[in-house]
Amino acid sequence: MFSLAVFLQSFEPLLWAARYTLLISILGIGLGLVIGTLVCAARLSPYPLLRRFAAIWVSFLRGVPLLVQLLVFYYALPVIGLDVPAMVAAVVTVGICASAYISEIWRGAIAALPRGQAEAAVAIGMTPFDVWIRVILPQAVTLSLPALINELILLVKASSLVSVVGILEITRASQAQAATTFRPLEVYIAAACIYLVINLCLAALGRYLEHRTAV
Amino acid sequence: MDWSMLQQYGPSLLKGFANTIVCWALGTVFGMALGLVIALIQRYAPRWVTWIIQVYIEVIRGTPFLVQLFVLYYGGPLIGLRLDALPAGLLGLTIYGSPYFAEIFRSGFRAVPDGQIEAARAIGMAEGHIVRRILLPLGLVSALPALVNFSIILTKETVILSIITVPELLYQVQRMSAETFRYVEANLVLALFFWGLVETISRVGHRLEARITKHLIERT
Repeated sequence: MFSLAVFLQSFEPLLWAARYTLLISILGIGLGLVIGTLVCAARLSPYPLLRRFAAIWVSFLRGVPLLVQLLVFYYALPVIGLDVPAMVAAVVTVGICASAYISEIWRGAIAALPRGQAEAAVAIGMTPFDVWIRVILPQAVTLSLPALINELILLVKASSLVSVVGILEITRASQAQAATTFRPLEVYIAAACIYLVINLCLAALGRYLEHRTAV
Repeated sequence: MDWSMLQQYGPSLLKGFANTIVCWALGTVFGMALGLVIALIQRYAPRWVTWIIQVYIEVIRGTPFLVQLFVLYYGGPLIGLRLDALPAGLLGLTIYGSPYFAEIFRSGFRAVPDGQIEAARAIGMAEGHIVRRILLPLGLVSALPALVNFSIILTKETVILSIITVPELLYQVQRMSAETFRYVEANLVLALFFWGLVETISRVGHRLEARITKHLIERT
């Protein structure tokens, strides 16, 4: 039967490991934002070659399961001479994968802005740089905030997969805990609870931002 | 890459691929069916039932698929739920997909104009009749793109089943690379394979979507 004592006891090691789940998710979304912005810029650029490259980047990363991407990176990096710690490989993979989704979020937000805005800015004599920095991007960023929070929630869940390459985050810690206590049910439910609390908090944040930015 | 190993491992890879497709197809169909039931209950059941279902939806959507599989496959036996890997994986995929499908159906139903349902009531149609003749066909037209999209997303989730030892494609590839030490090539080829698969399925899916939409609109 379900043992409440085991359930409560497993929170301590799992909460300790939760910091790595959060670390991977936050670094992942940070890296994803940087690369995603570049990919989106390439996608919207006037150069066909860059546009094509960005399109392939997005299609590949969205078409291949993250778990397979993780395994490719994990095994391929040492072969090409990059012997990085597993943690770095995991963050880079998660970030690269997120970049494809984030670049699409940016693209959607920019496309959602009325064309007249940019045209009006050009009409009153703004330079193309100013049009982007002062008119398009500030609005696109506010518009896409809820979607970015959503992406962060997805990353928190996806980060459970890095347990496969041996990183001690919530899922890996719960596997170890289940192996020592022989009570997988309680331990995995405890792990699920932690993920749920993290994601409910993020979802609340997303709703707040959506509410605040709604015009 | 040394292609000769394909000869040796070809059959097991094919079997793995077949399992991937079976898991995906059945998981999608069952998940969609459960999602539809949930969406209909959400619409017609009393307040407290919808509240319980809302908790179910939040819990499944707020936790990683992998952890759900662990609870089901490793935790299940403790409460008497003893399943083999494949059925456990199928059940897991069904449960995992159901709240997403339910939300898709729910927003599809919401897109059906109230006037249509009020008109049906006014001419004396029974509630069950309204569901079958008006709510479902009209709701499906607006839900279809999202249904197709989520089904495509589910193809990628099937690889996670390998972690609970469901013998699908990734599991077979892992076994092959463990025996031949060709991790890089094997995983790279698998990645390219999935890329092609997902692109193909999404192309076919969107074409199918257009045809079904046309059919549904003609019928109603």
